Amino acid sequence: MMTYIYLIIEFFKIGLFSVGGGLATLPWLFDLAEKDYGWFTSSQLADMIAISESTPGPMGVNMATYAGYNAGGIFGGIISTLSLALPGIVIIIIIYGFLEKFSDNKYVKGVFYALHPAVGALITLACIQVYKSSFLASEGFGIKPLHFAVFAVIFAVKLIFGKKIHPIAVIAAGAVIGAVISL
Amino acid sequence: MKELLELYFSFFRIGLFTFGGGMAMLPMLTKEIVEDKKWATNEEILNYFAIGQCTPGIIAINTATFIGTKRRGAVGGFVATLGMITPSLIVILVIASVLSKIMHYEIVGHIFVGIRVAVAALVTESLIGILKSGIKDIFGIVFYIVTLTLCLCFDLSPICVVVLGVVVGVTRIKLINKEKRK
Repeated sequence: MMTYIYLIIEFFKIGLFSVGGGLATLPWLFDLAEKDYGWFTSSQLADMIAISESTPGPMGVNMATYAGYNAGGIFGGIISTLSLALPGIVIIIIIYGFLEKFSDNKYVKGVFYALHPAVGALITLACIQVYKSSFLASEGFGIKPLHFAVFAVIFAVKLIFGKKIHPIAVIAAGAVIGAVISL
Repeated sequence: MKELLELYFSFFRIGLFTFGGGMAMLPMLTKEIVEDKKWATNEEILNYFAIGQCTPGIIAINTATFIGTKRRGAVGGFVATLGMITPSLIVILVIASVLSKIMHYEIVGHIFVGIRVAVAALVTESLIGILKSGIKDIFGIVFYIVTLTLCLCFDLSPICVVVLGVVVGVTRIKLINKEKRK
């Protein structure tokens, strides 16, 4: 029982204090591994990261479920994830109210006008990170030729057919190609 | 009720086909929310991402809450977010224990590499769409290049980028006002 209460408190804290995306939860999780709860070790956490990256679902949510499961079984996984999500949900609902009220304010409009290119830059960086885990060499500036070729073909096909191909179909195709040509 | 269910299952699908960190949700988000359901525009998604960068919580959850709240108020926000996290709960609880065992098979590794390459292509396509709707004039192009350079060279944190955007945005409006008064 106490484990569950600690899980709720710890993951609520992580949800409240990790600002900016799933990777921001990592330092907190490593912190948890150091504490004497005995829920998981730092090396188990490294395995969790690898699994969270390749399973469906946003990485931060996967990490919470996995860590909670390790600590307190299925119920532990569920309450950890809910506790992680709760602060964000409440804060965004409040912010949305303000956003609605002031959306016509010219300063608010002006701020978002400047934020669009800035966030565009952040998404570009995230895109480069995705390249690093798919076709860029892990060290230096090289590319893996075969991986890049597959990327180029998929991208070209998607550009030509555009909205007619669902993202799910593209992901499935990637899985099949990966298995067939042993990427 | 019908719309709440629709919200839940839309975000369930998005959660199920997000492989990796927050931005990997972008292709599914634009397909489901912007193109199919027309619940939000690319510009609004950029707004939500900007706010999500500097508020607590995971971006994927913040975005789901925003769109849910926009459609059906606070209840919608909760329902959309639950939809987003359900696949993680199911997949991790049911499959992760099996997955950690089958991860050692070579073919499983190849499949995930293939998925990551496909996700890279999808994210690139979404990025182009997002940049097209977010950058409208010479100011946008210049500011995009400046922020990107700052991030690449000085490892600027996302929060700093958003703060910079706010400062530049307010300054720009003040300058425009001054021009008008002259």
